[in-house]
Amino acid sequence: MRFRQAIVAALEDEMEADPSVMVMGEDIAVAGGPFKTSEGLLDKFGPNRVRDTPISEMAFTGAGVGAAIAGLRPVIEIMFMEFLGVALDQLVTGAAKMHYLSKGQLSVPLTVRASVGSGTGFGSQHSQTLENWVTATPGLTVVTMSTPQNAYGILRAAIQSPGPTMVLEPRNLYAVRGEVQRGAAGLVELGKAEVVRQGTAVTIVTMGQLRTSVLEAVEASGIDAEIIDLITLAPWDRTTVLDSVAKTHRLVVVEEAPESGGWGSEIVAAVTRELFSSLSAAPFRITTPNVPVPYSRALESRYLPQPDEIARQLTQYQSTGTVPAPWWVLEGLSK
Amino acid sequence: MTDTALSVSRSSVERRKVLADDATARLERMFEIRGFEERLNALFATGAIHGTTHLAMGQEALAVSLAAELRPTDLVTATYRGHAMALALGMSPRAVLAEIMGKSEGSTGGLGGSMHVSDDDIGLLPTFAIVGAGLPVAAGAALAFQYKGDDSVAVAVFGDGATNIGAFHESLNLAAIWKLPVVFLCDNNVYGEYSRINLTTPIEDLHLRAASYAMPAEVVDGMDVTATRAALARAIGRARTGGGPTLVEAKTYRFAGHSRADTAPYRPAGELEYWQERDPVKRAREELVAGGASADELARLESSVGAALDEVIEVVQALPDPVVTDMFNNIWTPTTRKADS
Repeated sequence: MRFRQAIVAALEDEMEADPSVMVMGEDIAVAGGPFKTSEGLLDKFGPNRVRDTPISEMAFTGAGVGAAIAGLRPVIEIMFMEFLGVALDQLVTGAAKMHYLSKGQLSVPLTVRASVGSGTGFGSQHSQTLENWVTATPGLTVVTMSTPQNAYGILRAAIQSPGPTMVLEPRNLYAVRGEVQRGAAGLVELGKAEVVRQGTAVTIVTMGQLRTSVLEAVEASGIDAEIIDLITLAPWDRTTVLDSVAKTHRLVVVEEAPESGGWGSEIVAAVTRELFSSLSAAPFRITTPNVPVPYSRALESRYLPQPDEIARQLTQYQSTGTVPAPWWVLEGLSK
Repeated sequence: MTDTALSVSRSSVERRKVLADDATARLERMFEIRGFEERLNALFATGAIHGTTHLAMGQEALAVSLAAELRPTDLVTATYRGHAMALALGMSPRAVLAEIMGKSEGSTGGLGGSMHVSDDDIGLLPTFAIVGAGLPVAAGAALAFQYKGDDSVAVAVFGDGATNIGAFHESLNLAAIWKLPVVFLCDNNVYGEYSRINLTTPIEDLHLRAASYAMPAEVVDGMDVTATRAALARAIGRARTGGGPTLVEAKTYRFAGHSRADTAPYRPAGELEYWQERDPVKRAREELVAGGASADELARLESSVGAALDEVIEVVQALPDPVVTDMFNNIWTPTTRKADS
């Protein structure tokens, strides 16, 4: 099944299991979703549970907060992460604070799904990942996905979660195919990173659409890396990451976001603080450059860290113990 | 620009200017817009362009009418469905296509793409890809004009879907209380993305929303250049002479789906055909013929525009892609220290 079908399957299974689960968003019902991530749900569950909304993100995100407080489990779709901008208040300042401000009396079992990321030629206002809009909000769980299987399991877990959860779906993966085990066995525990590959030479933490590129790079370079797919960005799985680096003594974070302000800085800071004396080389991050996502295909393909670039940096890091310069520094294009 | 073809060799300001007093030039521009988008659709289908595109077929008359009524010093915020507006306002097909094809010669050097064409010479800001985002910006430009005592006008072009977003209501309110020289131009093409207006909006006559802001409103057949120009002239004139904002609702129809991937299977039967009868290009042609123009000459004009566009496509496809350095440019605004005075 395709990644996008795994999303549909997760929604369908949660809606079957719990009559309080309902979905809302722009063109998600009649049209089945702009990316077909809710295809067939309207026919199966009817218009009371599968609702098209106007182009009114503030209203339907806020309505999701209110409906969640009042007993539903709404799943709302933000077509492109950028569209959350006008509704950020409802999620960050509203949903994420309700439990806290009510001395734990209220809960907001709201799931907000948003498609994110580059690689699809949608230009600078429809290609950002923007996870840092939401990761600095205690009370808001932020997760992402990287395979059809974990897309299914993570989304189901997010819907079941008692608090507000933001789910970042790499748009470039929607068409990817993979095996999906449905049912309880296919669930993914939120807050728990996945060790994708075990290794001893270096720990690589990544997530989303870069998981595949990292795997490719590691295979191509022959480095015995331990690859961790972080999955939950907030609150992230410190135990899995710290245990791994305690074993490998090295850390590389590979992330899809401009270098400045990226989530990987948080990982590097925590590892440095906890394991400084046992590190055998400085931890570092492989990121995108500090630029908006360029539209031209020729440039967009350079923007995202490609497997050969990841392999080049890893190889230098492993062979010299020094932190490699990114391509834009080597080519004198930027600092 | 070094095009040899027809109007595409003129500057964008000149291309704008010809529309004011020449009905044939307006029809020619509508041929150009329609022909451009038809060809664009075909190019996407062959994979020559990546990403997505949003066509404005059926909405050409509105774009041309607005262009005919504005000065190049006025400012326009438009949307991701922006090719018609850009071409009408004066951008050359070559500049627009080069941007859509991600070429270095494009209006943003290929960094923006189909959703972000722009031309500073004619006051077209990079088109907005977030629904409703252009309205507050137009209000702000109008504030600057008012502040400086300049008689320029800002126009926010947006679709029917945008009238359900907070930015629409907040901008109308702000413009009304400050009497800003702005025209809110709602291109009501019946569909917001994949949804027909009746599914998302309790009224279909969106000009009624102006009443909440004690704002004058116009409603006009946006597929009729003469009527649309008259309504826009009143609204723009009001803004230019200190009369404050107007909400203009132009009734149009979106002949294409929302975007490249959408074949619009949700249309009620017969609706497209109903509107195709009112095709703005067809009507503008008929009006000219009724006024004595030769139908044969107009047909020749249409095919010469088509041939010119084919030539533009050939030229643009061969243009170089941007170089990697380009993605690092123009991100931070350069700081210049003012000399002590």
